[in-house]
Amino acid sequence: MPSPAIETESLAKEYPHGFLHLKKKTSLEGLTMQVQEGEVFGLLGPNGAGKSTTIKLLMGIIFPTAGSARMLDKPVSDVSMHREIGYLPEQPYFYDYLTAAEVLDYFARFHGYSGAERGERVERMLKKVGLETAGKIQLRKYSKGMLQRVGLAQAILHDPKLVILDEPMSGLDPVGRREVRDIILELKNAGKTILFSTHILSDAEVLCDRVGVIAGGKLRGVGAPGAIVGMKTVGMEILFELAEGKAMAGKFLATASKSGGGYRLSVAEKELYEALDELSEAGAKIIAVTQIKPTLEDFFMELVGKERAQAAAVEVSGK
Amino acid sequence: MSRVLTVARNTFREAVRDRVLYNLVFFALLMMAAAVIVGQISMDIETVVMISLGLSAISLIGLLIAVFTGVGLVSKEIDKRTLHAVLARPLQRWEFLLGKFTGLVMTLAVNTAAMAAGLFLALLVVKHSLVRGDSVVLVAVFFILLKLMLVVALAMLFSCFTSPLLAILFTGGIYVAGLFVSELRSLQVTNLTPQMQKFFAVISYILPNFGNYDVMGAAAHGRGIAGRLVIYNTLYTLLYCALVLAAASVIFSRKDLK
Amino acid sequence: MKNGKIAAWVLLLLLPAGFAGVWRLQRKISVERDAMHQEQDEVLVRSPKLMRLLTAEYSPLAADIYWTRVVQYYGGKRLGQDTNLESLWPLLDLATTLDPNLIPAYRFGATFLSEPEPRGAGRPDLAVKLLERGLEANPEAWRLNQDLGNVYYLELKDYAKAGQTYLEGSKKAGAAPWMKVMAARFLEKGESRETAAMLWSEVYESSSDESLKENARINLQLLRADDDIEHLNEIAGQFATRFGRLPHSVREVIQAGLIDGEPLDPAGYPYAMGTDGKAGISQKSPLFKQQTTFRRPI
Repeated sequence: MPSPAIETESLAKEYPHGFLHLKKKTSLEGLTMQVQEGEVFGLLGPNGAGKSTTIKLLMGIIFPTAGSARMLDKPVSDVSMHREIGYLPEQPYFYDYLTAAEVLDYFARFHGYSGAERGERVERMLKKVGLETAGKIQLRKYSKGMLQRVGLAQAILHDPKLVILDEPMSGLDPVGRREVRDIILELKNAGKTILFSTHILSDAEVLCDRVGVIAGGKLRGVGAPGAIVGMKTVGMEILFELAEGKAMAGKFLATASKSGGGYRLSVAEKELYEALDELSEAGAKIIAVTQIKPTLEDFFMELVGKERAQAAAVEVSGK
Repeated sequence: MSRVLTVARNTFREAVRDRVLYNLVFFALLMMAAAVIVGQISMDIETVVMISLGLSAISLIGLLIAVFTGVGLVSKEIDKRTLHAVLARPLQRWEFLLGKFTGLVMTLAVNTAAMAAGLFLALLVVKHSLVRGDSVVLVAVFFILLKLMLVVALAMLFSCFTSPLLAILFTGGIYVAGLFVSELRSLQVTNLTPQMQKFFAVISYILPNFGNYDVMGAAAHGRGIAGRLVIYNTLYTLLYCALVLAAASVIFSRKDLK
Repeated sequence: MKNGKIAAWVLLLLLPAGFAGVWRLQRKISVERDAMHQEQDEVLVRSPKLMRLLTAEYSPLAADIYWTRVVQYYGGKRLGQDTNLESLWPLLDLATTLDPNLIPAYRFGATFLSEPEPRGAGRPDLAVKLLERGLEANPEAWRLNQDLGNVYYLELKDYAKAGQTYLEGSKKAGAAPWMKVMAARFLEKGESRETAAMLWSEVYESSSDESLKENARINLQLLRADDDIEHLNEIAGQFATRFGRLPHSVREVIQAGLIDGEPLDPAGYPYAMGTDGKAGISQKSPLFKQQTTFRRPI
């Protein structure tokens, strides 16, 4: 069985905190997880949960206080494996006195390409992220979205096996986000392994083979987006139209809400037929009946809610 | 090694595009002009005064750049987070430090050379001809450059573990202390106990002795400088810089970045 | 992380070796620099007036810096060796022009400008000039009268002027009582070894500067030696009267019972006596060399 692209074991990070640095703030606790080769893995969690901390620990920007991590079967401290890894930092910032082309050229030099090949790669990358016209403008004049694209370009210009993206969609308009999504899918089809962190759940649902949910510095769950939330149907939703003037009376009708030109009604699975009867008696025209599945968001909110409640309880108890 | 040079090239490019540097060089050239004027006032010693003033200006400007830019080399990258994408390359942290150091030293070399050229031009204007003895000024300029190398190394060391402001203060402080090292060594104050005298003697050898590089008198009067001194000073500088940069590398390699 | 720890330990072990190298290079550099006769360049700007103009309100500070240079290069163990005294006067001139109240400069200058070569610059005229400037700027400084008087007495042999300035100084507030006594001695007795000894005694007691103190101490020793030698020569004469010839060594004199025990010079070495019967300081004594450099023919 091939070794995982990324694996961590009890990875932890504590920061000294407070006056005289006596207290310790734990930003990551005992993280053990694996990312398999070729998969797209999403790291989800609210802000400050520890996603960026995890990624920075992997990239050697900060050092763990406990545990270990390996990427491409080498310890994280071995910098030479960065040859095969691409990294997009969160809120990237580059030397603003350089142009995009110069920045990419600078980074490309570390990978030992010949002059011609370097130039060709830089051209290709600029085109890929949609910056070919802005290539000669100094970065100090770039918008956030444009900087994000430069960041993405420098992460993949050396054709790495493993790509790690910290909040790749931040600062992008819907068009930009779509483009990034397409690039990620393209990378996946080329057989690359991708790890990215985000707090935008819909992106994770669409792109990821698996997700890991981090909250409060701990890994809460790992699995396919669907599996995590369970395949259980939570209820049924009925879309119907009703003639003007009809009374909204009845066990179910009363709970219906207006939606577009008609109405929307949620009922439990077992009450479906009862509701349908009531609606047909009222003369409603049924447009659609669909299953309601729990979204990642629901799972997420519940998880975070539990977490916050716990934290609040701890605070109240005063320890 | 090529990775180190890549970082060095980029650092050099940054310094060149940073327009502050041009202002400083312009200021130095202005000083040269002033020196020519002052030279006219005190008769017979125009050359002496001009060389002294010129070398002082080159030294002072160079020091300002070395300290302020030297401290910024590392702290700016950490603050602005430009460092993250660079460290994602197959690049060791010490290679990064060495590259930054080399880049700034290259910048200082170019700067110093430009100002020295200005000085020689001014000398030509005043003396109407240059003699072989004037080549001593070149040695003095070279010594200034050595001095600046050491200051940059120290600035980088301090910026690796303190705030930029403190790093500037420490570097400046060590420079001033280093000027008086030789005085420290021959301290004649006898109300110090022998232990204290020993202590000061030891400190005087550990502190970098910036007085070594002062040959302004010889340069101003056109007296030769022993080749051995040039060799020893160069070796001293290289060795001391190596020690300082090694320490900085160790500290930087274990530092959590933002 | 392990790599980091190993590197740190390696560095810790290499640092002492590195600094040892630095140490050795520094010694070599110091040798080269000393050979460069840097002293001459301390007086880069030779015009005191120009310096005063340039340094403006920082003149006293500049004066201190020049003064420090003087102390560094002429103080302590530098004395009596082959030092370049060319710049002593310009440095002192500069220092006292920039800060006319820099008393130590006047006192130091008085001694080392006036003393004959190679100990001093051999320029008592410059010493007088310096001290007169000092007295003008610091009328209350009776110590400068003392120093001026000493120059007149010891070097210029002008006992009248010596006495006069001592007298003026004795009238100033806080002047030591012996100023008047010395004034009287100078004016009455003129040249005498006893007076000179009193003079040097006072200088020794009143100086806080080590080099000046040392200078006075050696002068006192030489004066005592002169006394002793005069005494020994007298005794040699007695020997000649008794035995019809001059003694050939101190031992003969001791054996003849004319003195008890071996006489030692102030440095603790026995006196020598040549075959011609003339006593002198032994070549083994440090005073031997000093009597030429400190030449005090009284």
